Amino acid sequence: MSVGAPRGLASSGQKPIAEILHPLSAAEEQLSVTVTVGGDKEAGMTNGTPVETSSPASTSSLFNRLQLDDDLEADVRDPYAETAETRDLFVTVDDPKKHVSTMETYITYRVSTKTSRVEFDLPEYCVRRRYQDFDWLRIKLEDSQPTHLIPPLPEKFVMKGVVDRFSEEFVETRMKALDKFLKRVADHPVLSFNPHLNSFLTAKDLNKRQGLALLTKVGESVKHVAGGYKLRARPAEYCAMGEYLDTFNQKLGTIDRIAQRILKEQSEYLTELREYGTVYSSWVGSEDELRRPLEGVGGCVTTCCGALEDLGESMSQDFLPVLREYVLYIESMKSVLRKRDQSQAEYEGRLEAAVLRKQEDRTPMPLEVEKCQDKVECFNADLKADWDRWQSNKRQDFKQLLTGMADKNINHYEKCQAGWESLITLLQDKQTEDKTSETN
Amino acid sequence: MADCGSIEEVAVIGNTDITSTESENNLINTMVERGETLLNKMEINVTEAEKRTGKNTVNMLETYTVYLIETRPAETVPEGGTPATPDTLWRRYSEFELLRTYLLVTYPYIIIPPLPEKRAEFVWHKMSADNLDPDFVERRRVGLENFLLRVASHPVLSNDKIFFLFLTEEKGWREAVLETGFQDKVDSRIKSLSAMFRVKNLDKRFTALKLYSDELNAVIAQLLRVRAKVADRLYGVYKVHGNYGRVFSEWSAIEKEMGDGLQSAGHHMDTFAASIDDILEEEEHYADQLKEYLFYAEAVRSVCRKHELIQYELEMVAQDLVNKKQQREELATGTVRVFSLKGMTSKLFGQESQEQRESRLAALELSIREGEEVLKERNSECQEFVRAAWEDIGRFKEQKDRDLREALISYAIMQITMCKKGIQVWSNAKECFNKM
Repeated sequence: MSVGAPRGLASSGQKPIAEILHPLSAAEEQLSVTVTVGGDKEAGMTNGTPVETSSPASTSSLFNRLQLDDDLEADVRDPYAETAETRDLFVTVDDPKKHVSTMETYITYRVSTKTSRVEFDLPEYCVRRRYQDFDWLRIKLEDSQPTHLIPPLPEKFVMKGVVDRFSEEFVETRMKALDKFLKRVADHPVLSFNPHLNSFLTAKDLNKRQGLALLTKVGESVKHVAGGYKLRARPAEYCAMGEYLDTFNQKLGTIDRIAQRILKEQSEYLTELREYGTVYSSWVGSEDELRRPLEGVGGCVTTCCGALEDLGESMSQDFLPVLREYVLYIESMKSVLRKRDQSQAEYEGRLEAAVLRKQEDRTPMPLEVEKCQDKVECFNADLKADWDRWQSNKRQDFKQLLTGMADKNINHYEKCQAGWESLITLLQDKQTEDKTSETN
Repeated sequence: MADCGSIEEVAVIGNTDITSTESENNLINTMVERGETLLNKMEINVTEAEKRTGKNTVNMLETYTVYLIETRPAETVPEGGTPATPDTLWRRYSEFELLRTYLLVTYPYIIIPPLPEKRAEFVWHKMSADNLDPDFVERRRVGLENFLLRVASHPVLSNDKIFFLFLTEEKGWREAVLETGFQDKVDSRIKSLSAMFRVKNLDKRFTALKLYSDELNAVIAQLLRVRAKVADRLYGVYKVHGNYGRVFSEWSAIEKEMGDGLQSAGHHMDTFAASIDDILEEEEHYADQLKEYLFYAEAVRSVCRKHELIQYELEMVAQDLVNKKQQREELATGTVRVFSLKGMTSKLFGQESQEQRESRLAALELSIREGEEVLKERNSECQEFVRAAWEDIGRFKEQKDRDLREALISYAIMQITMCKKGIQVWSNAKECFNKM
């Protein structure tokens, strides 16, 4: 639930506002037990089922979501178990279009939704959203689900003049990242039920009121700092998570640098290779018998140049962005860890104060302290669940990423090999041709 | 043993059967020509290289490399039998150079096979440019063997006595070469330069050939230059991949299930990075094949220049004869058509007597007759040069087309091998990633 009064969402032909905003209202079908703590902070559901973040499976499984009713404890299932059957919300981001208005030029993307969930009025939706809208959604999710890890968005700011915001490559890369973001949210057992996501996917116009969003962001950080509680002892497992994230971050940075270096070296190699090909072609002019082999070699070199270009393109468009996205993901995770620390610190602080007071004047343990304790426990549970989910998704993602990189390289060599082999065949055919004509 | 023919070469037009030889590489196959060449009767190898130190001509200590030449009669070895022990001698690079210079001078109409380069050129940065570097010495050894095989399989050159002695007489060879007096035949630079500019009747075929040799020289030089740069860059690409090995290994340390897959994939990245060394070493062979023809282009050009010189001298002799005949006419008729110093002095110092005139006329007649003889000789020399040269040029063209075609095919095969290696390594890595 977001902080402050529920805001009005312009919608047509959908449920009245009051009903949309409260996922915890009795009117909706509840899929799990929720713990409500006071009125200002909402704990998310503690469904620990890890969900795949790969592309949605076929929509034939839309009507089967019974499995989510089982096992409400933080139960980590086999990450590779087929959960396609249970998925009932499918989202896609595609079809970028440029919009030119007097004030600004921007790109919108088509966001398509297919679902069987009762939270949605219709089984299918199709809206257009721009980056700002995704940003809004992310902020709303962070605010309303502070104990959960929100997937990252691609970088917001690009230096004008350095990067062309409207180039095909940039738009394509950004779109893929936005698609990933949305899919990750849609696959999250808690986040996917967030009403803001619902609005994002369904509303004709998002009445975002940017000002308020900014305020919210400020409000949140103030909230966390104002607590002013210092954490005494972080449990070992969260320390380990923090350390892991730091090292992982470092390694990703190194891999990024290596990949960039390879791209640079390959690009320089390509330049020389192009010139190399032209020399063979220029040699053709002064020869007779050698004409064909020389032309052939020149052609093969050109083929290799093309294959190399493709390889470089896919590395910079598919490989590097995913690496960078994970760095952002690590940042998000670290921020959640910090919030958890804060929550624990607050509890411990209040507890200490309450104990002192109790010793003095024998008042019973205040309710707030108990509420804090619950908060911490929920936070820990959510975080662990999200951590496990994130780890297994990370494993899938990197497996896919690296096998993809290997595939692209294999593909590159296959193209080159095919070129050279056809040349050999050509030349050997000519050889037998000549021999038979000689003996005739 | 092959009989030592006289230095006077006769173009041998033998039968067109190609005799088979036990060849170690297909180069020998392309070189064995029609007719009896030394290579039919003798196996030649340059098998070793050794460092020596000795005093040079200015009495200073120097280090140089000598190469072992092994020769053995080319007879089939019976089953289970051992081949005869070869005769051996040592030669250093400068002796090879001397041999080649001798051949250049003695057979000016033949395209003399080139020697491997004196200093390493067209190097890419990892290759050594040092003459004493073992890789360079090894490639030079191969190049020297190649040179000897080329000469030994040439229908004309293989019959040369000095060449034979080079292969068989370690001591005293140098003296034998100098005794031939070939240095006297070395054309002065000034002569060839003036020939280049003043030949009146250019032979179109030689002009075209010279142009071709220049083009060939230029394009191969450019090819070698760019190839070296390409090799450099490719080296960089492969080596950077080695860094993946290190970082995957470090990363695997913090992972549980992903660790093994990452670690083994890292090893494959190391393998990939290391594979470039062999790949590029093999490519050097291709570069060497190209280099041979780079230098061959110079040899072709040299034949063209020598033709110019002969043509020029022929024209000089002819012109000289024309002048003398002109003078005779003037003397006989008394008219001065052409300016001559004698004519001027006569005008200044008075006419000469009848006796003087007659004796001068007689001398001139003699000179003219001699001149006509010389002209006839020179003419036939020139014609013979042209005939022999064109025969060799035809042979060379076929050889070049064959060799370069083979070189290009083997280059393509090298590229295919490289691609296959790449696919292998990345497939292995992919398998490891799949196990992550």
